[in-house]
Amino acid sequence: MMNHSQPQGADYNYTVVRQFALTTVLWGIVGMAVGVLIAAQLIWPQLNFETPWLTYSRLRPLHTNAVIFAFGTSALFATSYYIVQRTCQTRLFAPKLAAFTFWGWQAIILSAAISLPLGITSGKEYAELEWPIDIAITVVWVSYAVVFFGTIVKRTTSHIYVANWFFGAFIITVAVLHIVNSMAVPLTMTKSYSLYSGAVDAMVQWWYGHNAVGFLLTAGFLGMMYYFVPKQAGRPVYSYRLSIVHFWALIALYIWAGPHHLHYTALPDWTQSLGMVMSLILFAPSWGGMINGIMTLSGAWHKLRTDPILRFLVVSLSFYGMSTFEGPMMAIKTVNALSHYTDWTVGHVHSGALGWVAMVSIGSLYHLIPVLFGHGRMYSTNLINVHFWLATIGTVLYIVSMWISGVMQGLMWRAVNSDGTLTYSFVESLEASYPFYFVRFLGGAFFLAGMFLMAYNVIRTVKAPKDSLPAIAEAKAA
Amino acid sequence: MSDFWSLWIIVLTVVVIIGCIVLLRACSKNNTGVEEGESMGHTFDGIEELNNPLPKWWSYMFYITIIFSVIYLALYPGLGSFKGFLGWTSSNQSVRTIEESKQAVIDAQAEGRWVQYDQEVKHADEKYGPIFKAYADTPLEELVKNEEALKVGGRLFLQNCAMCHGSDARGSKGFPNLTDDAWLYGGDLATIKTSIMNGRHGMMPPKGGLPIEDTELEGLAEYVVKLSGREHDAALAAQGQGSFMKGCFACHGMDGTGNKFMGAPNLTDNAWVYGGSRGAIIQSIKNGRTGVMPAWKDVLGEEKVHVITAYVYSLSNK
Repeated sequence: MMNHSQPQGADYNYTVVRQFALTTVLWGIVGMAVGVLIAAQLIWPQLNFETPWLTYSRLRPLHTNAVIFAFGTSALFATSYYIVQRTCQTRLFAPKLAAFTFWGWQAIILSAAISLPLGITSGKEYAELEWPIDIAITVVWVSYAVVFFGTIVKRTTSHIYVANWFFGAFIITVAVLHIVNSMAVPLTMTKSYSLYSGAVDAMVQWWYGHNAVGFLLTAGFLGMMYYFVPKQAGRPVYSYRLSIVHFWALIALYIWAGPHHLHYTALPDWTQSLGMVMSLILFAPSWGGMINGIMTLSGAWHKLRTDPILRFLVVSLSFYGMSTFEGPMMAIKTVNALSHYTDWTVGHVHSGALGWVAMVSIGSLYHLIPVLFGHGRMYSTNLINVHFWLATIGTVLYIVSMWISGVMQGLMWRAVNSDGTLTYSFVESLEASYPFYFVRFLGGAFFLAGMFLMAYNVIRTVKAPKDSLPAIAEAKAA
Repeated sequence: MSDFWSLWIIVLTVVVIIGCIVLLRACSKNNTGVEEGESMGHTFDGIEELNNPLPKWWSYMFYITIIFSVIYLALYPGLGSFKGFLGWTSSNQSVRTIEESKQAVIDAQAEGRWVQYDQEVKHADEKYGPIFKAYADTPLEELVKNEEALKVGGRLFLQNCAMCHGSDARGSKGFPNLTDDAWLYGGDLATIKTSIMNGRHGMMPPKGGLPIEDTELEGLAEYVVKLSGREHDAALAAQGQGSFMKGCFACHGMDGTGNKFMGAPNLTDNAWVYGGSRGAIIQSIKNGRTGVMPAWKDVLGEEKVHVITAYVYSLSNK
């Protein structure tokens, strides 16, 4: 079967992987801390301290950009560079360009962290950064593609491993999405106007927005899953054929799903219908990844009792399955009529972002960090276990509170009196949401606390003397 | 949509859906040359892949979503300019004015098309219309004594008027307080109704359009303070009175009590739309003020405005 033996480590370029792995933890803390702050601001507005750059409106895009593009994308850089080398049995192509992607990406993150609080924004959700930064993103991203596909080309294996299909699809599609959606007419260095207008602008924006979710936050992290789950479980991937069907169906269908963000708007009826049906068909292909991941554990379920890293990975797959069931349901127009614009959407996003994206990244990093720094295991398995429970409880608190508050808001907004007038004003629905905002804040705080434990654990592992952290011998079958 | 783009959408949609079916069928059979359940034979960094079959329940689920979608696309608009067998549309999508909208409703009815929005409006009118019809047939003088009508009016106010005038109707800077006795255009029932139905456009030009120097503003403001019955600097106010006589009286009246016919505010009641501090008064005179109350007759209709009128009246006439 599989072995955990140390790789011919010297053969691989781990420098850039190490850099990205460590910044993942750092940006995770920063992005989530901002998230917790703005969650608190929704309960205690005075926490903006009457300071423009501390207001919710400016910190919210900072939070989303930090978790998606700083935390999430750093995790993808780290794991894709690692996986592509190991599964292609070759060193990274163009190592200087790889180093450039690291420093370039950090510079972009920094410019986002400065420009967003200053209120410099293009006003497009998840694409707020202004045009000079957009150009920089394009340059770094194309370099990333060159390094990644260059490595695939010079592989010494006969086939391309499934994880790399997902990384490849994610890298190409994000490039296309970013370039098309960011097309703008610059006015000054810090202001530009979208090339599109009206309903077309909205459609391009959500074609981008939903596929940022579909390709960056889904396909990319499935690539991560396809390596670390079989590795950590020490089991073969469940079904090669399932991976073929769900990969091609996933990438063919996701690109159509954007219009479900614009149900009941000025978008033409035909576009809304297509967006809805494609989102529905997407359900089975999405679950293909979950099934393949979870079934990979066949014969290794007992390891969940002792291995919190595997627990992170398996629970992330469960949250992935849950939110990819929820998504197609919410794309059905009748359901969307209730859920749209409510906290339900926020909860849905976070069941994906915390439950899936963050937890699969955290699990993968706990596997990766010791390998990268020449140790057999992390400094403390107990701390990983505590982190696991903090993250799980935090995620559950977050999404359950947002479900309740979202459905409540949807019902309150549509309730009418016997005379046809609305029963509640908007402010009344807001007032009713406060208890749930508090629970959400608590959930976020739990999750953030776990990230601090992780940072401590990572620092101790990185700084540990050589050979002080030997791998735990696998328990022999009784 | 041109025929080309319509065809483009249809072809792409059909290719993707049929592609899914073909892929699913192809992978449901074992064409790999490897026994089911065995390893595919390639190893990546120690990871092997098994040739397990697709879970049956999963394949069925996939087919069911595809069947649902094909039926949906046959019934509803989706495939390019094909309108779907139900003839359903969400709304009359290309209208730009209220006139076009009204005409579109008539056209859709004549052509027997199912326009969701029109149907919902019709349904609501049938269900709630009689309630408002009964209120509309009641003279306002009686309606203000009807507790139930005032409740309905209050709810309509909260949903349509509160964003400017406030949930408590006390207004805010630039938006009149509706609970006091100060009325720009008059507080009788008929006038309130006219204000809501047709809207109002209040306009004070900078310095009233008069040859008033910036140096006079302070005195003028002091005179306005005097008019409102507050403590003031008598000498400065006397100066201001001179400026006032350059023409302010044309709208605000010789005694400063305003002119409800043109909505010129009464300066003596100490009620202020834009603030009554000396600074705010100077700003108002120097830069002028423009205020717009939109017309609601085409948005809510006269029957609902009738009920709101009773509610607004009741706020200052307990």
